[in-house]
Amino acid sequence: MDIARHWRLKKHRYALQTENQAEAVLAVVGPSSNGHKPHLEEQVAQPETITGEIYSFATVFEAPEGYQEFAPYPVAMVRLDDGSLITAQLTDVDLDDVEIGMPVEMVTRKLRSTVEDRGMLVYGYKFRPMLRQ
Amino acid sequence: MHEVVIAGIGQTRVGEHWEMSIRELAGTAIEAVLKDAPGIQPEALYVGNMLAATLSRQSQLGSLIADYAGLENVEATTVEAGGASGAMALRVAYLAVASGAIEAALVLGVEKLSDQLPGETEAAFATNLDADFEAVHGLTMTAQAAMLMRRYLHEYDVPQDGFAGFAVNAHANGAGNPNAMFQRAIKPETYARAGMVAEPLNMFDVAPPADGAAALLLTRPDLLPDDFEHSPVYIGGSSVVTDKLALHNRENPLNLEAARLSVERACAQADIQPKDADLFELFDAYSIYSALSLEAAGLAEAGQGWQLAQNGGIGIDGELPVTTFGGLKARGNPGGATGVYQAIEATLQLRHKAGDNQVPGAKTALIQSLGGPGSTAITHVLQSYPSDA
Repeated sequence: MDIARHWRLKKHRYALQTENQAEAVLAVVGPSSNGHKPHLEEQVAQPETITGEIYSFATVFEAPEGYQEFAPYPVAMVRLDDGSLITAQLTDVDLDDVEIGMPVEMVTRKLRSTVEDRGMLVYGYKFRPMLRQ
Repeated sequence: MHEVVIAGIGQTRVGEHWEMSIRELAGTAIEAVLKDAPGIQPEALYVGNMLAATLSRQSQLGSLIADYAGLENVEATTVEAGGASGAMALRVAYLAVASGAIEAALVLGVEKLSDQLPGETEAAFATNLDADFEAVHGLTMTAQAAMLMRRYLHEYDVPQDGFAGFAVNAHANGAGNPNAMFQRAIKPETYARAGMVAEPLNMFDVAPPADGAAALLLTRPDLLPDDFEHSPVYIGGSSVVTDKLALHNRENPLNLEAARLSVERACAQADIQPKDADLFELFDAYSIYSALSLEAAGLAEAGQGWQLAQNGGIGIDGELPVTTFGGLKARGNPGGATGVYQAIEATLQLRHKAGDNQVPGAKTALIQSLGGPGSTAITHVLQSYPSDA
């Protein structure tokens, strides 16, 4: 049962909270980056769209359990505008159209569904091609 | 610190052992190593394993395997560092013997990967990634390696078949290894025609997961029996270095910093330069890691590691032989057992018992295992001579 685990990460995944400062953005991509744990509650969320460009990408054909309904699906490392990197799936895009350097923006989507957790749906961030320039 | 030698080696063939359980694989390797080095009684057993708790529903491998192998009441435990688990077990055993706390230690690498369906196996492998920030997005080890390779091709303008040399070399060497999963050489054209697994990785860029068990017996040279029949192989250097677990948290994902530091530190301990090694058993779970490992070791400039694999430079008779028994690509990828297989293969080279795969005059070997994309990097220097020689 991972319910509490996903609940703990709700600020990352569901509210898309991030900040302008590089240090705070690290909260989105993991607390280990610079040796201390950022204090999420002290950070101020920004309502603007989070954007970046594709650093690299690949398509997952042999998906792990819990993700097989999405396969094949593209995953990417995205270089955010503040310079930090983040790993996420790409969405709303044809696989053939994806390329390094493609401008993308963050959106909220279903990450997976879990049978063992009574059908709980896990939402989080994905990236789609940038709609607004 | 005491000098430490590898006194005995034992291994199973790497492959899909439907007929054998994890304990049977382990027992077979231990039986072989004790036969290879008779007269030395192990006091401890360190088991390198990555996924038994998930894929075999089995923890406490130390107790399970010690009991199955008849090693009554020995100190035993499991050591886990992803794909570098076996190398980590070697490190722990080395420290135990070098410190004098243990006189003789068994190192076992064992992995049973063929029991579950692909989706469950992929999910288990993905536990090597950052669960909260990588794996939750459906990332797999293969997709991560594909992203690294795509970026490498992009940054360094490498031709699509630039990595063919690694697979061709691995399969040529696998042909001379009776314990390899694949024992047939391939041609560069075969690589070029191969289907994609996760573009730009084709099937010859990806090592096949497999079952296997391999074991070493470590002791001090002064404790070897008078009638010891092998040339002892000395552990001249040993280093474990970690990097950020999530690849995206690294300043440059194409720099395997932990791999660089572990080579630097192991070689410094052995008082050699990486280029002094007669062979390099590197961690070719994906061919991109071969190139990045060569660059991290300082054996090639950034973006040029793939060029070493061109024109036979990494072959048995080349300037720097790598994966001399097939590496993960042809010998097979038995997960956390890999590091122990690498040590066995290097030991055979230094004993000059490598048969058709013998590197002429081999005296010094570099072996390196990676957990994830170099999240843990473990390097050992093995030598046919003591450190004070």
